[in-house]
Amino acid sequence: MLAQSAAKIFQTAVVLFIVSVASFSLLKLAPGDPVMLMLGSEFSQESYDSLQRELGLDRPFLVQYLAWLGNFMIGDWGTSFVSRADIFNFVVIEALPVTLTLTFCSIVLAIVVGIPLGVISAIRKDTIWDTVIAVFALTGSAFPSFFLGIVLIWFLAVQFGIFPVMGFVAPWQDFWLGMYHMALPALTLSTYFIGMIVRVTRSSLIDVMDQPFIAAAKARGEPRWRVVWVHGVRNIAMPVVTMIGLQLGGILQGAVLTETVFSLPGIGQMLTDAVLGREYTLVQAGVMLTATLFIVINLLVDLSYPLLDPRLRPR
Amino acid sequence: MTAPLLDVRGLTLHRGTKRILDDVSLTIGRGETVALVGESGAGKSTIAVALMGLIDKGDAVIEGEARFDGIDNLVGLTEKQWGKLRGKRLSMVFQDAGSALNPCYTVGSQLASVLRRNLGLSRKTAQTRAVELLENVGINDAAARMSAYPHQLSGGMQQRVMVAIALACNPDLLFADEPTSALDVTIQAQIIRLILDQTKTRGASCIFVLHDLALASQSCDRIVVLYAGQVMEAGRCDVVLRDPKHPYTRLLKSCVVEIGTQNLDPPEGSVPPYEAMPAGCRFSTRCPRAQARCADERPPLVETQGRALACWNPEWTR
Amino acid sequence: MAINGTTTPIAAARLRRSGMTRKSMFLRRPFFTMALAITFGFALCAIFAPQLAPFDPVAQSIEAMMAPPDSVHLLGTDSYGQDILSRIIHGTRYALLIGLCSVALGAIGGLVLGVAAGLASGKTEWILLRVIDSILALPSLILAVAFIAILGQGVDKVIIAVALSLIGPFARTVRSDVLQVKVQLFVEAAGLMSIPRFTVIRRHILPNVLFPLLVQVTIRISEAILVSSSLSFLGIGVTPPTPDWGLMIAEGRSFVSFAAWMSGMPGLALALLLIALSIVGDAMREEFDPKLRTGR
Repeated sequence: MLAQSAAKIFQTAVVLFIVSVASFSLLKLAPGDPVMLMLGSEFSQESYDSLQRELGLDRPFLVQYLAWLGNFMIGDWGTSFVSRADIFNFVVIEALPVTLTLTFCSIVLAIVVGIPLGVISAIRKDTIWDTVIAVFALTGSAFPSFFLGIVLIWFLAVQFGIFPVMGFVAPWQDFWLGMYHMALPALTLSTYFIGMIVRVTRSSLIDVMDQPFIAAAKARGEPRWRVVWVHGVRNIAMPVVTMIGLQLGGILQGAVLTETVFSLPGIGQMLTDAVLGREYTLVQAGVMLTATLFIVINLLVDLSYPLLDPRLRPR
Repeated sequence: MTAPLLDVRGLTLHRGTKRILDDVSLTIGRGETVALVGESGAGKSTIAVALMGLIDKGDAVIEGEARFDGIDNLVGLTEKQWGKLRGKRLSMVFQDAGSALNPCYTVGSQLASVLRRNLGLSRKTAQTRAVELLENVGINDAAARMSAYPHQLSGGMQQRVMVAIALACNPDLLFADEPTSALDVTIQAQIIRLILDQTKTRGASCIFVLHDLALASQSCDRIVVLYAGQVMEAGRCDVVLRDPKHPYTRLLKSCVVEIGTQNLDPPEGSVPPYEAMPAGCRFSTRCPRAQARCADERPPLVETQGRALACWNPEWTR
Repeated sequence: MAINGTTTPIAAARLRRSGMTRKSMFLRRPFFTMALAITFGFALCAIFAPQLAPFDPVAQSIEAMMAPPDSVHLLGTDSYGQDILSRIIHGTRYALLIGLCSVALGAIGGLVLGVAAGLASGKTEWILLRVIDSILALPSLILAVAFIAILGQGVDKVIIAVALSLIGPFARTVRSDVLQVKVQLFVEAAGLMSIPRFTVIRRHILPNVLFPLLVQVTIRISEAILVSSSLSFLGIGVTPPTPDWGLMIAEGRSFVSFAAWMSGMPGLALALLLIALSIVGDAMREEFDPKLRTGR
């Protein structure tokens, strides 16, 4: 068990290493010379050479990589060429919390809406409810999120004025106002996810409801709601959590788009601006951060299995 | 004679065009133990499942009458009415305890929740009572076992827990659906013994679903022999098994391998698929004594020579 | 469904299991048939775009700026006075072109990587698996954004970026199919008879992997279109004035309060195509991929 977890953690470390090499290479492959970019149009060969040396860009690739990795680990991510802002501060302290808030709210919303819908369509299998929910789930997960965001803005914010059009209020400063501002973005981002959760809930609950322990629970007089919601739903935790881990990439990429639609100052916004402004260090920081998030959360998902299913715990 | 605890008449189950149970009738008295025997697919388990109201709705249609101690008919009860019966007055021990216990909850919580929901005990009294029940079914160190998950127990232990759960609320009738088929032979006897002892001390009746004639004759008062969803012969174990009149019962009996026997011929043929089932006696396709009318006319189940028998051409002589 | 000479044991078994004897897939799945018809409709639009479009998609007109839908401009005009219907029809071309090309390229990349990972053993396999894991660690849009950062903008760049971002998922499914085929007797036997490795791959592995890969390709087209239009929406994909749906939605975004049709019309087109494609993809998956079959 312990050895298994250790192997898993080692694998994760290797994957992170590969991602870091790749994202460092991204910086090297990017067109344009950062030295020239910093110096502007007029410069002498001497000033070019000295700045190159100062930035360490004349050293071999491996040395540069190791230096970069070391700095990256201690949170020294460099400064933005254009805005001269500290990148770690900009990305991790300012942008990341926004993205995490959006992602977290959407996942919670998707679970709260998706699981009941999935359960209903599983226990009302092959009825009109099942079909309606299936159509809803499919539409939700196929609908392009950025367009959905615009539709929601037009409908709920512009036409009816129920929600604010855009803007971000940090929920750790004003929780309710923050949630109010987060409502439309979270709704936009979660529809994709709701569809996924509905499907996985439905199919795994249908399997679970055929298990003997469900009949046994009925046989000892458990009421129907308890049979479904206690005995059934407890047993689909694992597939649902696995799906959330696997689809995290989908939700992160949805977050990028949703942030753009609602002008939320998160990783997505930052990443887009960075590409447009040719700030490769920022792009690279964003890439590293997304990959790390994905990898770490999936590691947590793997390690959480024993919590979800007692059968996986050591005897 | 007092009214039987459960009186089933003409129980029939259709699934689409298939007739899984065909006009099954049986009775069980208070404190009595009845065995349902037959080959796999004979509908033994289905009877138990149907009488617990656990048949998958789907395309299943159940007809017939099942009078149970003050309830006119179990067939057609609503799910709410079933909820009041199951676990309290009717209970069931399943074939494979390993999969009949919810893997995600401890055995203690599953047992205690039955006590709390069905008997309205408080959390604390339910815990104490649960430990007592586990001790009753022969689980050592019951208090510690309460926090074990089903997979942490052996097959025999799991089945003991199932028995404890099934009998927790002192039901009037217990269905034991092949309770030992997933267990080692050495443990089988223990579990059967346990179920018999526990039902006896509670004065409960028990319907055993078995495919082992020897086991049935040792443990049960009466026996019901089923073939493809039809009752062939039923009566007291000693009467029916000592002198079976139905050709099918004879065939089953001849299959019991006794030590020193020379006869190891398996019965010929197999149960026909539902589409090819004869309208009359379903055993007629394999019956050595079948007559012309057997396949078309269903023989009625009649009381004769101390048993109920459904056969046009029974074997009166030995 | 035409099965030609390349039908392989696994593929044939799948077809058999999926019910060649039952009713036709089109009758059993009315949603699928509808979705397929819509997809073909879009394909026709793409092929005959110049004939179908009433206006030049990039012809600007100052007189007809931001005109709401009327009898001349059926779906209205945008802020440059370009006819939205014509732009949507021409946009179908870009959507399908980018979708198909990038999926095809991505599938080839995934095939190579997946077969390599599936056939390798020991350390090589372990490392290849970690490489696939690291590609999969990045959502396809983020990967595509990173590649765009290197490559720059434009239709060809978008195709390459999206293709590269799809290699991971393709490689994963190809590898699991290879693993299934690898343990089958005829492959082991071929190995024992010391038939050259490449011949084994070409004769035995590839045919068994291609069919499931083809199913995957149909499923992933919608993802490719979504990612490419997302890139355009973010303003880092296709450049204006190309009639691209993502671009059109982004352009209309600032006018949503008084000219909702500017984003709405191309958005609906995109949503319709994506929903239709995902219904087609789901049906394909349920019919042909036993691993992913849901409880239906």
